[in-house]
Amino acid sequence: MSPLIECEDVWKIYQVGDVEVQALRGLSLTIEQGEFVAIMGSSGSGKSTLMNILGCLDQPTKGCYRLNGIEVGGLRPDELAGIRNQQIGFVFQSFNLIPRTSALENAQLPLFYRGLSLKDQRTQAAAALGRVGLHGREDHYPTQLSGGQQQRVAIARALVTSPSLLLADEPTGNLDSQSSREIMGILEALNRDEGITIILVTHEVDVAAYAAREIVIQDGQILSDRRTKAHPPSSQVEVEI
Amino acid sequence: MAAFVWLTIMTALRILGRNRLRAGLTMLGIVIGVAAVIAMVSIGEGAKRAVQAQIATMGTNVIIIFPGVTSASGVRGSQGSAVTLTVSDALELRKRIPLLTDTGWSRRDVMQIVYGNKNWNGPINGISPSYLTIRDWSFTSGGPFTQTDLDSAARVALLGQTIVENLFEPGEEPVGAVIRIKSVPFRVIGVLAPKGQSSQGSDQDDVIFIPFSTAERKVFGTSFIGSVGAMFGSTDQVEDLPQAVEQIREVLRARHRLQTEQNDDFTIRTQVDIGKVQEGTSETLTMMLFAIASVSLLVGGIGIMNILLVSVTERTREIGVRMAVGAKRHHIMMQFLIEAMTLSLVGGVLGIALGIAGAKLTTVIAGWPTIISADVIVVAFFFSLVVGLFFGLYPANKAARLNPIEALRYE
Repeated sequence: MSPLIECEDVWKIYQVGDVEVQALRGLSLTIEQGEFVAIMGSSGSGKSTLMNILGCLDQPTKGCYRLNGIEVGGLRPDELAGIRNQQIGFVFQSFNLIPRTSALENAQLPLFYRGLSLKDQRTQAAAALGRVGLHGREDHYPTQLSGGQQQRVAIARALVTSPSLLLADEPTGNLDSQSSREIMGILEALNRDEGITIILVTHEVDVAAYAAREIVIQDGQILSDRRTKAHPPSSQVEVEI
Repeated sequence: MAAFVWLTIMTALRILGRNRLRAGLTMLGIVIGVAAVIAMVSIGEGAKRAVQAQIATMGTNVIIIFPGVTSASGVRGSQGSAVTLTVSDALELRKRIPLLTDTGWSRRDVMQIVYGNKNWNGPINGISPSYLTIRDWSFTSGGPFTQTDLDSAARVALLGQTIVENLFEPGEEPVGAVIRIKSVPFRVIGVLAPKGQSSQGSDQDDVIFIPFSTAERKVFGTSFIGSVGAMFGSTDQVEDLPQAVEQIREVLRARHRLQTEQNDDFTIRTQVDIGKVQEGTSETLTMMLFAIASVSLLVGGIGIMNILLVSVTERTREIGVRMAVGAKRHHIMMQFLIEAMTLSLVGGVLGIALGIAGAKLTTVIAGWPTIISADVIVVAFFFSLVVGLFFGLYPANKAARLNPIEALRYE
């Protein structure tokens, strides 16, 4: 079985005016199904660019990125959208819930684009909200929820499609420490109990500590890549099956 | 897909509901445009119907033949001034042209009519009995004169409503009364049903009919016996009119011994020709309405486009999120197009309602006839849909082409 994520010599080069910016410089990376990985790095290190590529929001300039064995480079925008919808769940720093739209409808959103019937959308979104402990708050609007609760709605939205990869970009960046612990607890439990692969981008050491593997990016390359916990991913896969 | 469209419509309605004032102001252009068109078309249709009714009072499939003009040393007289048409022309036409169901003739002059102590100056028409059938005159009391009356130059008269009103007391029965035209006594044998205004605006009921022969011999004092002021013919089918006109021209030219290079010494008009002039007028009106509608729908459309562009900018982040969770370009496109069409359609429907109300109000206040046709409502509805689609296209496309990364980062 091929690894979930395979990056081979990935380059990302931007043209900003006359200046050529090399955001990623020949980065190679393999992540297995069921891993919990933290990607760290200072701003400008290229970690956001890497996240965008891993999340199929962007494509490498050079090199090869395979997600679940599918070569992502060269796909058209709508094909990328399809992959994001099927395989990837996003959790953002600023929650990015759709304003004045209920928690349930926010969680329904990926299923809406999947073309499910309204009934299925509702059932599955309600179940996802239940998994993050928001049972009974389906009709709340984002403004009626605390930051931690909003982020949980965002996690429910990411989970609702049963993605193979959950990408969390600074998920605790806008939260107090209490809420941060709750969110990280949820992510950890999802990884541990359901075997969902999680990639976490953060610059906070104590947040990164929840992950089993820590990758540090600097100047568009991997500076260090180490396992912080013994967490055999293969066994997780079997449990999931 | 159906679920997607339905939910998108619901989302669009909710988003518009959030900014009610903004949505309302945006729709105003479409509302006013559509309302103006509906109201104007209804008034225009009402006017057109009234004109058509006037033309119909001429009779059915009527052909009118006027004599030509006199020409003395290059100075031309007014139409009908020449004595080129005669009773025998009319009789010959009926004999030679089977397409004509009937022919009639008339001569008119304005004269004083006296009854009791009242008098009136009105047009006296000497006519053949067939004239009445060709022109579709009917009677409120009494009846027409006959061929016998014509042959014997009987002193009998038919009165139009205007004459009756001016000579008789209300409720007085004119039939049987004796009036005097140029001191010649005439017995009234019929009162004509009113026809109202002609398409030229003259009062068709201000008229007295007497037998042609009586007029010629006892009233007008004609020097040229048999000359007529106008001839009339009619056909069964309206399609036969052009052919009948051609045949009339041939027969008359032959009878008047006109050479090929000579112009006709008569003029032929049909009801269709007269109708065409009116149609031309209403076509101009329609074009003007079309121009007004185009301008107001254009302005309304630009309003919609403007507000959608604002909306796309405001909701850039939302678009980014939607793209991140898997919205394809056509999903985003559809969302904004449906919002645009919802705006224009709601505007259109409000406009239709307002327009109908306006038209009804015009009827009540100004007393103008209005006709609200289903066609114009359907067209207005369809046009507002098209306006929404057309002016929504650019903003929707702009939204669909956003880069998800930049959209997500947008503050």
